[in-house]
Amino acid sequence: MQDQAVIIRQVSKSYGNTRALRDISFQVGKGELFGLIGPDGAGKTSLFRILTTLLLPDQGSVTIEGYDVVKQYRKIRNLAGYMPGRFSLYQDLSVEENLKFFATIFGTTIKENYHLIRDIYVQIEPFKDRLAGKLSGGMKQKLALCCCLVHKPAILVLDEPTTGVDAISRKEFWEMLGRLKAEGITILVSTPYMDEASLCDRIALIEKGSIMAIDRPENISGSFSKPIWAVRSREMYPLLIDLRQYPGVEKVYLFGQYIHLTLGNEGQEPGRMKKFLEDKGHEEVEIKVITPGIEDSFIELMSQQKRHE
Amino acid sequence: MRTILFLIQKEFLQIFRNKGMIPIIFAVPIVQLVIIVHAATFELKNVNLYVVDNDRTTTSRSIIHQFEGSHFFSLSGFSFNYSDGEESLRRNSSDAVLCIPRGFEKKLVEGQSTGFQMVVNAINGSAGGLINGYTVSMVNEFNRGLSSGRANFTLTKPKFIDLTYSFWYNPELNYTTFMVPGILVILVTVISLLLSGMNIVKEKEIGTIEQINVSPIRKYQFITGKLVPTLIIALFELSFGLVIGKIFFNIPLEGNLLLLFLSAFIYILVILGMGLMVSTFANTQQQAMFVSFFFMIVFLLMSGLFTSVENMPQWAQTLNQINPVAHFIRIIRMILLKGSGFQDIQNNLAYLLGLAFLSLSLAIRRYRKTV
Repeated sequence: MQDQAVIIRQVSKSYGNTRALRDISFQVGKGELFGLIGPDGAGKTSLFRILTTLLLPDQGSVTIEGYDVVKQYRKIRNLAGYMPGRFSLYQDLSVEENLKFFATIFGTTIKENYHLIRDIYVQIEPFKDRLAGKLSGGMKQKLALCCCLVHKPAILVLDEPTTGVDAISRKEFWEMLGRLKAEGITILVSTPYMDEASLCDRIALIEKGSIMAIDRPENISGSFSKPIWAVRSREMYPLLIDLRQYPGVEKVYLFGQYIHLTLGNEGQEPGRMKKFLEDKGHEEVEIKVITPGIEDSFIELMSQQKRHE
Repeated sequence: MRTILFLIQKEFLQIFRNKGMIPIIFAVPIVQLVIIVHAATFELKNVNLYVVDNDRTTTSRSIIHQFEGSHFFSLSGFSFNYSDGEESLRRNSSDAVLCIPRGFEKKLVEGQSTGFQMVVNAINGSAGGLINGYTVSMVNEFNRGLSSGRANFTLTKPKFIDLTYSFWYNPELNYTTFMVPGILVILVTVISLLLSGMNIVKEKEIGTIEQINVSPIRKYQFITGKLVPTLIIALFELSFGLVIGKIFFNIPLEGNLLLLFLSAFIYILVILGMGLMVSTFANTQQQAMFVSFFFMIVFLLMSGLFTSVENMPQWAQTLNQINPVAHFIRIIRMILLKGSGFQDIQNNLAYLLGLAFLSLSLAIRRYRKTV
């Protein structure tokens, strides 16, 4: 098992009566970019806090690079970098002072691992004397990532790093993660954004403390059993109401500018649907069959799980 | 070691970058010493006395003159009607009403015993007691004058027991001399309790504690880095306060200052341990503030700062055995006013040392990096 960076075996955690994690097991390979995808409150943060030795699991065991998170927590604190959901910098210290602080508490210096953070740091270096509290959101994000990286961690755990960050900064951030992966760092990242999932090597879909699926992103969307129909017209809300009455329809939900729906065996011709809608008085009707995305799979899996319960 | 030094440096950087902090460090001692010492005094001056004289004779006037002549009383009003006096008491324009009944002089001359009435506003019990004491001593003096006046007739010399006082350690009974050391204790306590407790809770509040917890930094390194800056600032406050006390109030510095600072060092460790303990329980600065204030007020009011510990009921005195503030106030007053040496305070010091060890080790045990 030498090529596994993280091994999680049957981990459960409860807060009182709330079961945050139920019997979770999976492995992350060395140098892998692994995504944990799920809505708020699914248990992503609890799992990450267990990985970074901040929380003790009720049951199960976790090893990182061969070290147990409970018994050998001190080893893990040297080799893991953790960026919590609300990563906080000292607002009253400057960019450079923050970085120097985090380097020191990890027993290293900025110089020692400068090569690792150089690509990111050069972008914020012009502001190195500015107080962290006065940086923009994207800049703070970059500084936070630098602070997690400065001790050259073997594994990086990022809890919703792109929540509340603008679209361009998000894109840049994922490019940075790609470069870090090339350096051989194992990265675990959680996100509520499904579009970011396709940028990971493998993803786990998590909901209500259970893992619903683990696979490569393209396989997860490929595992979707039925084709998706995307429909739009000028008036979306009446369209949604009317589509629910279309014969053979299974699931209808809003998805961005389109309405996505799956159909049973009946009514599989676009022409017939178009006529049905135009008879109801809809204008500018556009219908296409698309390949399902991660979010479609997620909604499908969630409704399957509900049926099981 | 390098890590601890860096942490200390970072704390100082943050404290001095905080724009509110420098004025607080320098203004608090000045305000507390200059204002509180002058204002919060138990010395009784300017008691407003309302006089109701129903006798209107030479004797009654001479009593009134005697009250007027003393620097404790000043006349706030005069009437022949008792209800005017009561009204004045109710409106708070007088603190006491002196009421001399009709026929006062007549009875005295006839050799009968007589008296007058003193109605005192005793909302502040100790002030009321003091007014009573002054009045009694005034009446005694008057009586003495009466009997010596009568001695001419009886040809026997009256005998009195004469009392001579000698006030040690504070010969002029100067209230500021007594108060300044106490205020210095408040100062050191407030600074060390609030700075230490607030500091760690602040890291919790802004979330940086998470990063520190996942780092390999050791507990003792982190806590030392937090406590040393507070310790330095608190000791600085003490020296600053002593300088102000010397310059503005000329307080005596009888004892060994080195011994004073050693005691202060141990005392601050006790308070830092308590502040640290509060910070392990509290999640917000507000919680920490309230809990700290609760303990601080109990400790300070019980400590003998304002009221003498010896006057408290037995259970309170017993309870005060565990009050670190009471021990330190005793130490600082003994060193500054009496010039006490190590032998005189070693019991207090030993207790504080034990408490410092206890509170710090408990606090460090309770501070966990894992939730």
